[in-house]
Amino acid sequence: MSEHEIAATVDGATETATVEARRLLVHALRENWGYTQPTVGCESGKCGACTVEMDGEVVKSCCVLAVQADGSEITTVGGIEGAPDGLAEVGGDDVAAADDDGFGPVQRSFHEEHGLQCGYCTPGMILRSRDLLAANPDPSREEIREGLKGNVCRCTGYENVVDAVEAAARKLEPIETDGGAPEDAVDAADGGAD
Amino acid sequence: MFPPQFDYERPDSLDAALDALADEDAVPLAGGHDLVPMLKARERTPGTVVDLGGLAALRGVERVVADGTERLSIGALTTDAALLDADPAGVDALLDATSEVGDAQIRNRGTVGGNLAAAHPASDIPAATLAAGATLHLVGPDGDRTVPAGEFATGDHETVCTDDELVTRVSVPLDPDAGGAYARKTHPSTGYAAVGVAARLRVVDGAVADPRVAAVGLLDVPTRLPAVEGALVGVDAGSPVDAVAGAAERATEGIDGAVREDHVVSAGQRCAVLPEYTERAVSAALARAVGREGVVA
Amino acid sequence: MSGEESVIEAEGAVPTTADEGAAAGGESVGDSPLRREDARALRGETTYTDDFGQEAAALAFVRSPHAHAEVAGIDTEAAEAIDGVVAVYTWGDLAESDAPMRLPVRTGPLDCEVPGHPVLAADRVRYDGQPVAAVVAKDRYVAADGVEAVEVEYDPLPVETDPEAAASEDAPTLFEDAPDNVAAVGELGDREATDRAFAAAEEVVSVELENNRLIPSALEPRAALAEHDRTEGFTVTMTSQSPHGHRRKLSHTLGVPERQIRVISPDVGGGFGHKGHHHPGEAMAAWAARELGESVKWTATRSANYREGAHGRDHRTTAELALDADGRFRGLRVDTHAGIGGYALGGGGAMPGWYGRLLASQYEIPAIYCRSRCVFTTTAPVHSYRGAGRPEAIYVTERLVDVAAEELGADPVELRRRNFLDPDGFPHETAVGATYDSGNYEPTLESAVDAVSGLPRGGERDDDGRLRGVGIASYVESTGGGFESGVVRVHPDGGVTVSAGTHDHGQGHGTIYAQIVADEHPVAPEEIEVVEGDTDKIPTGTGTFGSRSTVVGGNAVAESAQEVFGKAREIAAHELDADPGAVETTDSGFRVADGAGEGSDAGDQRVSFAEVADRAYGRGLPEGLSPGLEATTFYELDNTAYTFGTHAVAVAVDPETGEYEVERYVAVDDCGVRVNPRIVEGQVHGGVAQGLGQARSERATYGADGALAASTMLDYALPRASDLPDIETRAQETPSPDNELGVKGIGEGGTVAAPPALVNAVVDAVPGVDHLDMPVTAERVRTAIED
Ligand SMILES: Cc1cc2nc3c(=O)[nH]c(=O)nc-3n(C[C@H](O)[C@H](O)[C@H](O)COP(=O)(O)OP(=O)(O)OC[C@H]3O[C@@H](n4cnc5c(N)ncnc54)[C@H](O)[C@@H]3O)c2cc1C
Ligand code: FES
Ligand code: FES
Repeated sequence: MSEHEIAATVDGATETATVEARRLLVHALRENWGYTQPTVGCESGKCGACTVEMDGEVVKSCCVLAVQADGSEITTVGGIEGAPDGLAEVGGDDVAAADDDGFGPVQRSFHEEHGLQCGYCTPGMILRSRDLLAANPDPSREEIREGLKGNVCRCTGYENVVDAVEAAARKLEPIETDGGAPEDAVDAADGGAD
Repeated sequence: MFPPQFDYERPDSLDAALDALADEDAVPLAGGHDLVPMLKARERTPGTVVDLGGLAALRGVERVVADGTERLSIGALTTDAALLDADPAGVDALLDATSEVGDAQIRNRGTVGGNLAAAHPASDIPAATLAAGATLHLVGPDGDRTVPAGEFATGDHETVCTDDELVTRVSVPLDPDAGGAYARKTHPSTGYAAVGVAARLRVVDGAVADPRVAAVGLLDVPTRLPAVEGALVGVDAGSPVDAVAGAAERATEGIDGAVREDHVVSAGQRCAVLPEYTERAVSAALARAVGREGVVA
Repeated sequence: MSGEESVIEAEGAVPTTADEGAAAGGESVGDSPLRREDARALRGETTYTDDFGQEAAALAFVRSPHAHAEVAGIDTEAAEAIDGVVAVYTWGDLAESDAPMRLPVRTGPLDCEVPGHPVLAADRVRYDGQPVAAVVAKDRYVAADGVEAVEVEYDPLPVETDPEAAASEDAPTLFEDAPDNVAAVGELGDREATDRAFAAAEEVVSVELENNRLIPSALEPRAALAEHDRTEGFTVTMTSQSPHGHRRKLSHTLGVPERQIRVISPDVGGGFGHKGHHHPGEAMAAWAARELGESVKWTATRSANYREGAHGRDHRTTAELALDADGRFRGLRVDTHAGIGGYALGGGGAMPGWYGRLLASQYEIPAIYCRSRCVFTTTAPVHSYRGAGRPEAIYVTERLVDVAAEELGADPVELRRRNFLDPDGFPHETAVGATYDSGNYEPTLESAVDAVSGLPRGGERDDDGRLRGVGIASYVESTGGGFESGVVRVHPDGGVTVSAGTHDHGQGHGTIYAQIVADEHPVAPEEIEVVEGDTDKIPTGTGTFGSRSTVVGGNAVAESAQEVFGKAREIAAHELDADPGAVETTDSGFRVADGAGEGSDAGDQRVSFAEVADRAYGRGLPEGLSPGLEATTFYELDNTAYTFGTHAVAVAVDPETGEYEVERYVAVDDCGVRVNPRIVEGQVHGGVAQGLGQARSERATYGADGALAASTMLDYALPRASDLPDIETRAQETPSPDNELGVKGIGEGGTVAAPPALVNAVVDAVPGVDHLDMPVTAERVRTAIED
């Protein structure tokens, strides 16, 4: 049995802990550090309730060991801001300023479209929806359904979730940059490493 | 839900990794999406988990020329998502199959090498590597060796890779004339393949040549579909519909081994849907090959 | 409800209340303000049970791998030796304490005397996953180590997981007092009259069917954090749909008075029934917390949650319908074996009553007889799951109607129409003793049928060679049973707190109750606080299940609001020196209505609601009024309210593989006045999704060895986003005449209507088949086509 010092940046804060090798990231987040946004719905990696962003990619934190997350940057739904990567909200700052809740466009769409009921799946759903839109800013309903298949919701029947992602897409537009959309640049770098 | 105790090491070189794996009871950890769920279920109780995450050299996709043929070399630790992002040409079936793996979160962590090494009977990638005639590169204390995709898995979660060996990369022959595709019936509860079929073929002088068709989800190991392959040879690529359907009908002929079943999908149903997904994969592969024929020549 | 005009509305349209008089008719009810519950969840600020007590000791159970066995011996030594294991308990430890530690059986409906479910197996286990020993450790990883180290010796006994087979002669007996495993026989209706109806019938059709066993699968597993203090007693924070219900049950199990138990149910991640029942976890956590003098937390893993149940449905039914020459229904005869699992838990034995009473569905059926046998099987306890008896009943009737249409060569729509209850005939008492409050069935049927009217059906092949089919199912649902409490408390500063004994776990009670109260008060809904889920803060209530919260909780709250408002108006009138009848509300208080007071400036005479509240608690009360401005209502309906509707489904079947797609799903529901139409739609979507899950993929299958094969989320075919079609909703509003708000419940309608609608559609598509059991898998379709 081994114990390990780990450090990670979670929602912008530096967190450290001594954990057993076997400890799951979701438990380090929830129990060691008090980030209870990722919830646990299954133990098999199916439900996606435990989804967080790790170094910019959505992952299921129940299938990652806490030691594997040493040195990484983690974002829970509590740490997201504004529009998904590479996208901007149509109407920009004015719209954001008018939102008393301080929601980004994806969260606001879930609110407006009733894309949640009990809320247990919601943190994971929001993170994955943002990720999906960053990669595909104008998805069809089928693409949304397919794209959300790693996030189980037992309450909504997904109808309003799909509506919410569609509504969010309508609120968003790609940020114009010289070298194409920024997420492509990131992807190319990843794929091309080594 | 709670893994048993184990030690953890994160070597930063291949040699160090092999050293660590020399320990009895040590297992490599790649993306963890096969291993961690098994640890959580306490179905596996390793002494040491050797995290390959530090081996940057095993990550990435590149074209190489070996023995005069061009091949795509995919580092074992390349994640599914990174492979899809790299979007290399000439490996259609592999890209199709990889895009079917689990879901977006799983593809962000799961690795191509891990997917093969796990030897889950219903994993998607092994169908594509078998159809493509890929080669797995292994390294161990006694040096390197290569294993053809068709000889790698020996059973449900069993492979020829010994406990002290690692898969370093998989290399896929590239053929500008070939077209490939993968089609699967998703298992209603597991989300893996109930059956998945990868096809790769060439069109030579307007007729199908060198077809390779492989299925997963059917047996404990990926399997070629010999009767389908036989029936496809020479099929007129100009009007293939009936011939492909006829070939696909023979999907279960000559298959060797017990067809898998569980309480959700029976063996009978897997056999019954196999022709349909074979037809889909073959038709799509053929359409791609036809699209390419002549263009690349 | 004679002469009512019922208006069908498409999704999202502004609701029109059919009868303004019966509805509350305020500004907020009927509007769809956004849910106040959302903001916290969207930021990840919700607090579910497992978010509390991170320092607490962790409780985990050793669970039987056998479905039926004698427990021959338990060796806890190795587990106790593990560093970090605090204690290991077995039944012996519990038996020595003064707590009964058996989950109570509701003996009323049973024909046998059986012991309650022991929190830890006493001597025998009766289902796979039954808790046998409990390990408390410093954290859950160590608790899991401890569980693994406990050695239990079992002497396996024969198993029987099928309810019909379990009632047969050679089945193993679970309890001596029920040698044939039949725990109860329930009879409803008039047997002789029904036999006569069948003897005189022109046509008799029948169907044999299974209502498949399901796992509710709320995404949040059950959990409980227990603390004990010598003076305060127990505080149990838990995943509960029914905090007072759980307090009551815990009081039985722990053997302490209810007043010494406080149950807090914080945010709850879905329930669907299975968080209304009493399980070993919360009782064991409480017992251990007292024993150890420290906080103990239990959180079920997904597979533990699946294996210990409670599950839903699990019926095997033979049903027959008698018709006359005109295709009118004359009699209905139903015989059901209902599996209740290895122990009788609460609702298990009561199920037949809930079930049989809905069998008439929307039809005039003069004679009905239903016999149901509750049968012990070596499986997890069965209890109420979303719908609880209603989906089982409607499935029987709606399948029979389609079978009858097929055999008579009649149009299933026309056959339904011909047998519908007359809209002028309400209230209507059915032959199984249900009294329907109001209904107007035809417009909902027409709307649903219209939605699918242009689509190919009856096995017609489309261009892709797929067989097309259309199915409909009409239903009624009994909603709003039992009593509920509702409190409206106005604080001295004019702030309003509303509370009810229901407990939100996704239904939006905070939003809805505030809307209801805002309509009675000169206070904006946003400013009304809604509190639920704490037995110390709320008068005794019943909880949230059975589509009841808006009906009984909403009306309880509305009645309290009216009482408080009436008093506030009197105080305001006194302040304004006017007649109460001349006082009207403004946005924030009261004023004298134009032309009612003295002089032309009467409308300028105002008093704020805050001032009125202040007067209510301070000086300035009118004579004869006692101080205070709050009211508590305990509300109960004489008869439940009957929601109804028709759902239509169109499918396309691939004859080679048996795979099929749902091309269209339209739900037309009438739940009376909709307080918040968007929330109603959400309930319909969720219900339909679960109904389609039952119809298409879900089944809690046990293996031949009695082990639950569907024991993880990867083994239980829970629908993903990619597995479900779009669900279109339409609404009609026929108010219930029996409650002030005119509301009926809608939480379960989708689970009731979707299964028969889907099965009817697939059966329509597949020529020559008159029934397919659920889940209607591709394999079942394919083999039916092949045969
Ligand atoms: C809910 C869920 C759904 C899934 N659905 C699918 C699906 O639809 N299709 C599909 O194909 N897969 C699916 N997977 C599996 C997923 O793709 C796995 O991640 C993958 O199969 C294993 O890759 P990994 O990198 O995660 O390997 P790991 O889990 O890290 O390792 C798997 C096994 O291989 C060994 N290993 C790993 N790397 C090497 C190496 N380089 N050399 C030697 N041995 C090695 C490990 O010791 C271990 O035994 C699913 C997984 C989950 C949790
Ligand atoms: S809890 Fe991680 S996927 Fe379900
Ligand atoms: S809102 Fe409850 S699980 Fe999605």
